[in-house]
Amino acid sequence: MVENNNTKISAKDVDVFYSEKQALNKISMDIKEKEVTALIGPSGCGKSTFLRCINRMNDLIEICKVTGSIKVDNEEIISSSTDVVSLRSKIGMVFQKPNPFPKSIFDNVAYGPSIHGLADTKSDLENIVITSLKKAGLYNEVKDRLNEPGTSLSGGQQQRLCIARAIAVNPEIILMDEPCSALDPIATAIIEELIDELRLNYTIIIVTHSMQQAARVSQKTCFFHLGELIESGETNKIFTNPDNTKTQDYITGRFG
Amino acid sequence: MFFWSIVLILIGIYSSYIFGKSRIKKLVYSTNLKPKSQYNYHAQYVLSWCLLPALIVYFSWAVFEEQIIQNLILDSFEYVEGAAYNDGLLLAEIRNVANNTDFSEGKSQEIINAASQYKSLKLTSEISFYISIIIIMILGSLYAVRKINIQFNAQDTIEKYIKYILIFCSSIAVLTTIGIIFSLIFESFRFFSQVSIFEFLFSTEWYPFIPIREGQAAAEGSFGAVPIFAGTFLIMIVAMCVAAPIGLLTAIYLSEYASQKVRKTVKPLLEILAGIPTIVYGFFAFVTVAPFVKSFGQSIGIDASPTSALAAGLVMGVMIIPFISSLSDDVINSVPQSLREGSLGIGANKAETIKKVILPAALPGIVGAFLLAISRAIGETMIVVVAAGTAANLTANPFENVTTVTVQIVVALIGDQEFDNPRTLSAFALGLVLFVITLSLNVLALRIVKKYRERYE
Repeated sequence: MVENNNTKISAKDVDVFYSEKQALNKISMDIKEKEVTALIGPSGCGKSTFLRCINRMNDLIEICKVTGSIKVDNEEIISSSTDVVSLRSKIGMVFQKPNPFPKSIFDNVAYGPSIHGLADTKSDLENIVITSLKKAGLYNEVKDRLNEPGTSLSGGQQQRLCIARAIAVNPEIILMDEPCSALDPIATAIIEELIDELRLNYTIIIVTHSMQQAARVSQKTCFFHLGELIESGETNKIFTNPDNTKTQDYITGRFG
Repeated sequence: MFFWSIVLILIGIYSSYIFGKSRIKKLVYSTNLKPKSQYNYHAQYVLSWCLLPALIVYFSWAVFEEQIIQNLILDSFEYVEGAAYNDGLLLAEIRNVANNTDFSEGKSQEIINAASQYKSLKLTSEISFYISIIIIMILGSLYAVRKINIQFNAQDTIEKYIKYILIFCSSIAVLTTIGIIFSLIFESFRFFSQVSIFEFLFSTEWYPFIPIREGQAAAEGSFGAVPIFAGTFLIMIVAMCVAAPIGLLTAIYLSEYASQKVRKTVKPLLEILAGIPTIVYGFFAFVTVAPFVKSFGQSIGIDASPTSALAAGLVMGVMIIPFISSLSDDVINSVPQSLREGSLGIGANKAETIKKVILPAALPGIVGAFLLAISRAIGETMIVVVAAGTAANLTANPFENVTTVTVQIVVALIGDQEFDNPRTLSAFALGLVLFVITLSLNVLALRIVKKYRERYE
């Protein structure tokens, strides 16, 4: 594995409150470019909350308040002057449950490029859609039925469609919030393979409940517990020789 | 009679309950076995066998008593040769004399005789009523008590009775609906036997007020419902032009932009609009909006009549705004949050998300809301009666007088009417067509809404 030292995302002292309740407590971490970083931890530990801070998705929740600093490419994003729209076009997101729009497969993928004006002509748009579907490993399965509704696909295909939709706007970072938890093992294996390929071009952060998945797909792992970042580092190290006893207990299945 | 029969029935209820309870207790005591049901259920069983027959007797008396007495009186009445009698008037007079509420002098002998007969019949009826209700309650209780034993499953039986009572209650609504539909259909048949159905549906002349001259059949040229339906349609269009955009935009604001607090306050406030009596809207349309429409028409050079389709339609539009906004708000809210996040996550802004993802996803539900609002608008009467006039003009000009189906029904039924001329009967035919239209709109709307719900569940 080629080591690189380019920090893509740098979080410092991030606190998140839902009304009075503190969900994240002083989270600081650096995330490297073109690597897969897995966030693991028991339910309610704040890993999804942290993920949703990175593309400011927590803005949608009225009672949620985020403080601290997150820098993406050295630009502060936790600030009222941040251009959320351009931030989100740089950071794609894949959700827990596949959420294709009630539109055709083609329109699902074309949605992002067309609102951002990435394609000047119709054939440009077609190219983007086809390339994105190919990158998401879905093209061969759907090339004959691009006009059928996205919801007609199977769960695993829908999730890959959502990945294609996310990469169609040329993001640099892809956030994945338990992308396989609604899928069967075969569909999961396909998505994991895809994540491995996407790593070459994108910085990926994946929240997962499955420790095997984290071990399989990620290079770095961060272990969260009760709103705190307990330990982070090389996946190999975390899973074989963690420093913290809580991490040890969690990965060996003693709690969680 | 009412008061004492209630007292009697209450006594019956109480004593039958006690009777049943003591019976089962005694059985348990003497056999020393555990009864299948609890004491209360046995008592309730006896009670229902006491109460239900008593109620049947009570209601059959209430329904038939007066009728039977009247027939007896009329049968034995000593008609005087040569005098003209009207049964209804005669009976009223006899009743008045019997109750001492007729103070005119010089009653003829036969009336006085009949009145005393009426009095004695009333008394007999009352006495036999009390006797039969007591007997029936005792018999019912005895029958039930005889059935009680240790093995008897009173709980299941009571459960069954409750089910019957519930079925009875719910069937009342259904039967009433069916009854209304049938009376509509039968009266419409009578209308269509006098006026051809093709004329009714396709002719453009509606002059039900012109007296039918001798030798001119009613079917010749005065019952074309086209202008009425056109008027209904015109007002509906005006109303939807007001309500659809305002209602939909309100719904979008409430569900996507407003904070929880605003939403919780504004939504109920909007729904108050739906609670205003429609005659008050009619008022408002006639007093405030119609003059405004007239002067507006004049200012742009159109001669508007003092009551117009536009005035009625505008106010009706305001009236149905809460329907559309409230229903659409619910529909938009039920679009899964994941779709919003998916769209926003790509970097779409709020407006793009609403326009390109949320509204298309909610469209079937919104259409359903519109259809429900339309069927409400079509069925609306009071605003139109007051503000749109009654002249059946076939016009597309909203500044003119038009009339609607509901208004024509009102007009046809106002005042003393015999139910044999086509003018009155036309109300039923109009009602039937209206019913078919609103019913199909409702069914369509409900189907669309249902289909939409299934998609996300």
